[in-house]
Amino acid sequence: MSLTTFEPALAGEQETEPRAAVRTSLPVREGIEIGPRRRIRSARLDDRYALFGAGAAALAIAALLFGWIAPLSGVVGFFVVAFLAFVAIYALLVSSTGDGREVTDRVMTVMLASAGVILCGALIFVVVFTLLRGLPALVHANFFFQDMEFAGPLDGLDLGGVAHAIVGTLIQIGIALAISIPLGIVTALFLNEVGGRFARFVRTIVDAMTALPSIVAGLFIYSAIILGLGLQRSGFAAALAITVMMLPIIVRASDVVLRLVAGNLREASYALGASRWRTVWHVVLPTARSGLVTAVILGTARGIGETSPVLLTSGVTNVMNTNPFEGPMISLPLQVFTFVGSPEPNMIARGFGTAAVLLLLVLALFAIARVIGGRGPADQSPRSQRRVRAASVRDVERMDAASARREASAQPQEEPQ
Amino acid sequence: MNDDRTAGGTTTTVFFADQEPQAHPPAEARELKPRQSRSDAVFRAVSFSAGGMTVAIMLSVGVFLSLRAGSAMQVAGLDFLFEQKWSPETGEFGIAAVLFGTVTIAVIAMCVSVPLALGTSLLISEVLMGRLKQWSITLVDLMAAVPSVVFGLWGLFFLQESIIPVSRWISTYFGWIPFFAVTDETGAAMTDASAFTSSAFIAGIVVGLMVVPTQTSIMREAFMQAPAGEREAAYALGSTRWGMITAVVLPFGRGGIIGGTMLGLGRALGETIAVYMIISPIFAINWQVLKTGGNSVSALIALRYGEASEFALSALMAAGLVLFLITLVINFAASSIVARSRSGAESEV
Repeated sequence: MSLTTFEPALAGEQETEPRAAVRTSLPVREGIEIGPRRRIRSARLDDRYALFGAGAAALAIAALLFGWIAPLSGVVGFFVVAFLAFVAIYALLVSSTGDGREVTDRVMTVMLASAGVILCGALIFVVVFTLLRGLPALVHANFFFQDMEFAGPLDGLDLGGVAHAIVGTLIQIGIALAISIPLGIVTALFLNEVGGRFARFVRTIVDAMTALPSIVAGLFIYSAIILGLGLQRSGFAAALAITVMMLPIIVRASDVVLRLVAGNLREASYALGASRWRTVWHVVLPTARSGLVTAVILGTARGIGETSPVLLTSGVTNVMNTNPFEGPMISLPLQVFTFVGSPEPNMIARGFGTAAVLLLLVLALFAIARVIGGRGPADQSPRSQRRVRAASVRDVERMDAASARREASAQPQEEPQ
Repeated sequence: MNDDRTAGGTTTTVFFADQEPQAHPPAEARELKPRQSRSDAVFRAVSFSAGGMTVAIMLSVGVFLSLRAGSAMQVAGLDFLFEQKWSPETGEFGIAAVLFGTVTIAVIAMCVSVPLALGTSLLISEVLMGRLKQWSITLVDLMAAVPSVVFGLWGLFFLQESIIPVSRWISTYFGWIPFFAVTDETGAAMTDASAFTSSAFIAGIVVGLMVVPTQTSIMREAFMQAPAGEREAAYALGSTRWGMITAVVLPFGRGGIIGGTMLGLGRALGETIAVYMIISPIFAINWQVLKTGGNSVSALIALRYGEASEFALSALMAAGLVLFLITLVINFAASSIVARSRSGAESEV
């Protein structure tokens, strides 16, 4: 919409200075035969045979060694032997058609792929293992709605739950976010929009602090708030410790996002006479909004899973406590840690259940972050596009009305001349 | 005059550098004073103070720890770095053993994580295409967000059992290397399964898996910035993909590899909960990484923070301060290496 209003002006300019009549034109497609699209990335047939053959041979050799010939045992050993055999046989098969360079290339590709597979496998395994072991506790509804006040270590899983830890986590992360979102984003704005020598210093410090050991953050709050001010362990102290952990993460992620805002958008705003603050508020922040939300959510996901700062600052309790300023307030990671410290199988099952709740919370946060953060900077949702368009139409109407008023008031002055 | 009106107000005359404006006398240099609007001044002040507050919080971590650590450091002096025992009540305490344990675990973690991170980041940046690439980037990011207590649970309840045969195998066949031997006081080899539980080796593997995502994402970013022109040149000269990687991607990404490794190292040194859950704490230097027992600075703090006496806490603060300073130095070095490798290495395409 806003573009269409500019078109008459452009047309008028063209009338005044006629350009050379060069126009872009599409090539004529008629009569040109277009063959089927060739797939340039697919593997050759003998490559596939080599891969499958090596795999089958490796499994056979490993099974033979472990079953009959050699006195080997163990799952890990089986996979290691199978993998080594696979690499050796694959290299042999490739060398029958290619030269040494090609063999190296193939073998290294296999190595890279197996590194990726190991990593993804480890991640999936950790997640699935936790969820499966937590399932016995998760199927009881009371696990989500009761606290551990009346449930002893020997009680069954149909009594007691982690409602107090869920509430504690939400309160603590809420306080931490209330401090770290404004502080973190304004600091990131300072690094990007104001700049200067001090900003460089701030960026260096924040960079170095992103890997602050979490136990040191807890120790700091413990020494400053609990020993220094003489307060008790409380949810608020834990929230402060989480803030110290989350703040550098949020600042750094927001800094990266703000840096992605195109400079010409800023310059366009300055060229229109906007002040720095107006540029930030109307151009930079809306452009980077989805990225900023992603930064905050990822910071939250990290903060929610921190155990060691909470261990030192929040205290352990079995009772629901909704007051962050008084009395101990437990959170999910600390509850996991407390549960699995017990030798009772039921408590360990509760620990896994709590870990599964925590993991699901983190996964949900991560999924939300991906949905929002899937957009690049300045890529708006249809709704916000409509809103921007409507605002732009309003602006045009306002400007038209203003210029009409100006002309109307200028008219009587010119007539006397 | 009329022309000016139609053009829309003011006219500006443009002088080129070699065209002296002769009609006008050379004007005195104008003084340009940017005057801020009030909203700008407020914005500047607020953002400046936010930056200042962030730095103040970060610096006060160091200041508070130093203040609290003072009384213990005065008693222990330099011995603090060389004493293995930890009993502040008798005045005999030092971090030699725990620091050694921390470094051992971190080194094992690096042995696990660096090949994995290097392979995965090369796989993502060079081999995978399209949607699979996006998915694996997401998966690695997700792994970075998995809480450390979950990794600790996995290490304690699953990995420990399945890794013991491996530990035993290594100690049997590579026992002649001092690190891998598992012996009792008399020097006789131990093969009992209980001799291999809760070792620095297991803790190191878990911590290694935890730091892989950090390292992977930094290395991947560095590799993706390798210039497209050089890549294509290598292919045009007939190189295979691995040849291109060794000739172009790895040299350009060297800063990213070193920086990513060091950032992961910083993380590994500070990891608390997973180590604390797995390891069985001892206060002696244990060279045999496969043998049960070890310690780390952060596990020590998590173990003893409940101590009542002021002096014992001060000793813990001193241990925390040392850990803090070590990770700080490593992070500074790492981020400066990463930052330096970024400048000028980007592809123009």
